[in-house]
Amino acid sequence: MATVYVNDQPVTIGDSERLNCIQAAARSKVDIPHYCWHPQLSVVASCRMCLVEVGDKKPDGTVAMQPKVVPGCQTPVKDGTVIVTSSQKVRDAQKATLEYLLLNHPLDCPVCDQAGECGLQDYSYKYGRGYSRLQEPKNIKPDKDHIGDQITLFTDRCIMCTRCVRFTREVSGTAEMQVVSRGSIEEIDIFPGIPCNNKLAGNVVDLCPVGALCSKDFLYEQRVWFLQNTKSVCPGCNTGCSINVDQNKDVLYRLKPRVNEQAQGHFMCDEGRFGWKYIHAENRLTTPELRQNGVPTSRNWDVVLPTLRKSLEEKVATNPKGVAAVISPWATVEEAYLLASFLKSLSADITLAIGPVRTVGEDDHYPKDVHGQPASKVRFTIRAEKAPNRAGVSKILEHFQGSVVPHSDVISKAKSGSVETIYVLGGDPEPSWTNDDISALKTVKLLVAQDLLASHLTQAASVVLAGSSFAEKDGTYINHAGLAQGIRRAIHGPDDARPDGRILWDLAGRKGLFHAGNLRKEIAQKIPTLSSLICGDIGDLGVMTNQPDGVAAT
Amino acid sequence: MPIESKDVVWVEEPTIGFWEASFLPAIVAGLKTTISHVTNYKSVTQQYPEEQPELPLHYRGLHRLNKDDQGRVKCVACFMCSTACPAHCIDIVAQDTPAEWSDRDKMPNTFVIDELRCIYCGMCEEACPCDAIELTHIYDHTGLTRDDMRFDKEKLLDVFEKTKNDPKDPVRTHRGRLGVASDFIELPTLAPATSVANNDRAAQAVTAGVIKR
Repeated sequence: MATVYVNDQPVTIGDSERLNCIQAAARSKVDIPHYCWHPQLSVVASCRMCLVEVGDKKPDGTVAMQPKVVPGCQTPVKDGTVIVTSSQKVRDAQKATLEYLLLNHPLDCPVCDQAGECGLQDYSYKYGRGYSRLQEPKNIKPDKDHIGDQITLFTDRCIMCTRCVRFTREVSGTAEMQVVSRGSIEEIDIFPGIPCNNKLAGNVVDLCPVGALCSKDFLYEQRVWFLQNTKSVCPGCNTGCSINVDQNKDVLYRLKPRVNEQAQGHFMCDEGRFGWKYIHAENRLTTPELRQNGVPTSRNWDVVLPTLRKSLEEKVATNPKGVAAVISPWATVEEAYLLASFLKSLSADITLAIGPVRTVGEDDHYPKDVHGQPASKVRFTIRAEKAPNRAGVSKILEHFQGSVVPHSDVISKAKSGSVETIYVLGGDPEPSWTNDDISALKTVKLLVAQDLLASHLTQAASVVLAGSSFAEKDGTYINHAGLAQGIRRAIHGPDDARPDGRILWDLAGRKGLFHAGNLRKEIAQKIPTLSSLICGDIGDLGVMTNQPDGVAAT
Repeated sequence: MPIESKDVVWVEEPTIGFWEASFLPAIVAGLKTTISHVTNYKSVTQQYPEEQPELPLHYRGLHRLNKDDQGRVKCVACFMCSTACPAHCIDIVAQDTPAEWSDRDKMPNTFVIDELRCIYCGMCEEACPCDAIELTHIYDHTGLTRDDMRFDKEKLLDVFEKTKNDPKDPVRTHRGRLGVASDFIELPTLAPATSVANNDRAAQAVTAGVIKR
């Protein structure tokens, strides 16, 4: 075990760990300011913000310090390394570095989108000086809005940390971005005519420590200090990226990736990042609807739910084999459990099937090499399966009926007429049912559609229940690797739409209120394959369901 | 300590004479005062609305949105005013500037102040980094509905047109551009962004660039 001394505090580091000064100092809660260094990118030590004093503790107890300050990101630590971050020498170096970085910075914080979460603002406040001594006009470079379809560059705000360049070279492997020219005229740019439009391009905006690279989608939409974040999970694909949902006054403004090594690492793809627009779509279902021969008779939850429960009970009493439910892989574990346990309590003969799992192309691995082929060491994967919770719904269905029935079985039974009641628990914002499926579903006597958006399915249904998107409900998604992560309610649904868990809770006639944590405990006790959910609150990083003892992810 | 009987003085009630018992002198004296108020009237309070008030120079009334020398709205939609506003009465929607505005990145698409919610504290004016929002001396703005009192960008720019030549509401600066770099040549340097007085605490800091030891 190696011991490193950070500001006289000993820090123990494992033998196999290879850390730099910034990481070692972070172990003892000492923050070394840095711009260009990022844990997922190579080290260039170009911003000089992390300059620290480094020395060596000799076996006889004496300390030999190096005469100059050195960049902490580039200096590995070993047994006996002494790091000093609080001396006057270091503070002077930080102050001088910041003054240099701010020389040509336009200081247009009031109109800059990064203001409020800006590295320059934070470090200027903590380490910088109160004023600039520059007496000459600033070096202002023209803005470039041609960097990408989703990215714009405010060239004058850039501090040339080259995080974005290294990201496109090392993580996406597409290498669209580069540094043009040198010295005072150096700029970030793309190669002419080749914009940065790869599927991970949005991450360069997050990586930019200042307001140089901005997202065109979020540009000028909202000041970041008005936003409230909720820790959640991206439902875009089976990877289940950990995200922050940023909202203000029930309007969602952006999704940002959150570090979770077990889920996806540090980044997320653009499909997920910009794929939430359906939440505020015009065709969201806003009220439940009870229909008779296609004509709405009630839009009141207090009428619709009891009526639905009664007619379901009647159907099950007359012909239990003729009742089926299709649970979409977009449903959370809790919703699938509530519906499955309710229907199976009515009769064990009811068929439970998993809904259509939308698959687009093949798994997309990054980084890519020059030929567009994935490199040997995969750092990010966009999965082909565009559903967040197939694993979770499958586990529920396996528990309740021993096998996972595909939705095509229910469709063929509907065509042959042996199924006359179908409950569809949806949630997929894209149309996942084929026209053939829909025409088969139209033939059944009682079609219940619990979904998000108005579609051919909800038009055909005789009972429509207005559900909610991932940002409007609590629950659990289990990703491709068996990692169960919690999604949390960030905003209210439109009008009279309700969280799906609440709808099913009321339909099942349970007492009290839907609470995801308590329900997780119940599920863990009933279903052995989900026993790791026993803690109820599964934290920000989730728990692995594949491990028998359910070790919380750290 | 109880009061001793030698300290007590007994006084007889004065006897009331005939005229005093008739109350007539007192009634006449009262009527005299009343009639003198009618015949010889002197006002004590200010006679609003016939007489308009003399407002102090720092009076905080209706807001206005200033225009720059090219007639464009000076506001850059930075949301500082709505952030500072303790009554949450300012609602802004920002947008990109037209391509021909080469010196500006951002402008307000809509800018609405709810003048009924506003408490006229002047924080918005304090917070504004480009002197775009100012409080004028107009205090008698009224409306028939709540919507009338929701002043949008056009109404607030009209207030500027009405008050810009009023000596009581001078347009305080003619800057309205962000960043010191953009107007460095025409304008004198401004503290503390470009120069700092010697007694300024910030100027006492250790000189950057010189690493001692």
